[in-house]
Amino acid sequence: MTQASTAHPEHLQHHFADAEQQRESAKMGMWVFLLTEILLFGGLFVAYGIFRAWYPDMFYNAHKFLDVRLGTINTIVLITSSLTMALAIRSMQENKKGQTIIHLILTLMFALAFLVIKYFEYSHKIEMGQLPGKLYTFTGVEGSNPHIFFSVYFAMTGLHGIHVLLGMVTIIWVLRRTIKNNFSSEYYTPLEMTGLYWHLVDMIWIFLFPLLYLIG
Amino acid sequence: MENKHIHITPVKTYIAIALILLVLTVITVAVSFIPLGAFNISVALAIASVKALLVAFFFMHLFYDNKLYLVIFGMGLLFLTIFLTLTMFDTTTRGAIYEEKNNPIKQEATMYDNPDTSSK
Repeated sequence: MTQASTAHPEHLQHHFADAEQQRESAKMGMWVFLLTEILLFGGLFVAYGIFRAWYPDMFYNAHKFLDVRLGTINTIVLITSSLTMALAIRSMQENKKGQTIIHLILTLMFALAFLVIKYFEYSHKIEMGQLPGKLYTFTGVEGSNPHIFFSVYFAMTGLHGIHVLLGMVTIIWVLRRTIKNNFSSEYYTPLEMTGLYWHLVDMIWIFLFPLLYLIG
Repeated sequence: MENKHIHITPVKTYIAIALILLVLTVITVAVSFIPLGAFNISVALAIASVKALLVAFFFMHLFYDNKLYLVIFGMGLLFLTIFLTLTMFDTTTRGAIYEEKNNPIKQEATMYDNPDTSSK
């Protein structure tokens, strides 16, 4: 193992002392980025808090129009995709390229399944006129300003959906690089960064799900 | 040389964490159908927080990694908490200072009060 740090591996940028420093720097940068992501969604969580405090009954009535079954399935899908993502990285740590590819493809399939389910939920809501702001035409929710619930719903799940989509793009990118033999147990930083991003997307959904679908 | 060592989490741990996450998901759905009043949201958020921490500590390796990343993550949570707490103090207690103007947003919202006048 000491041999690797004295030699000059191809993936090591010249401005880093060694591969370990490069890896740690990349990871720190990624965590700072994730911090900004937490605060980006944080704004929406605060908006949710304010509107729910203003219209508790309307939130309760409106949330009944979300499909708990589909929301639960999507939670399970996303948690499983996080598992396969973690296993993809683990396989690369053991130089098992084939397993990494399989786990990455599985992660992609789960991500796609999540978006397909989301698509059905969205199209149902569009059909019913449960849309944000002035596009809202549904009349079945009791309480004042029910369009606000759906504005919050679409803003939060929409931004999250964009993150899932971007996650898929980066997974495809690292999948390509894995197939092209760019990674090994010595160097798999892009894979690890993609994993961190993907887990954050999962983590945000873990909060969105009870806040939107499970208002008691 | 010590930091050269990269911790490889056993597959068992990953699967165990995923199973706990799935069980907690089922629990949170089940609990949401039991009317607990104001406690429903507390229970839901508590379960979600446990799940998020499990993801952060094990899937995202915070438990094993350089604790600097944990500090950065914690900073994010700290500032989110400040943001949320102070805003909620303001939102929920403003009525105690002066009469709260908790009116529906009128602009563009008339259509819900009176569907007949919704067209411009």
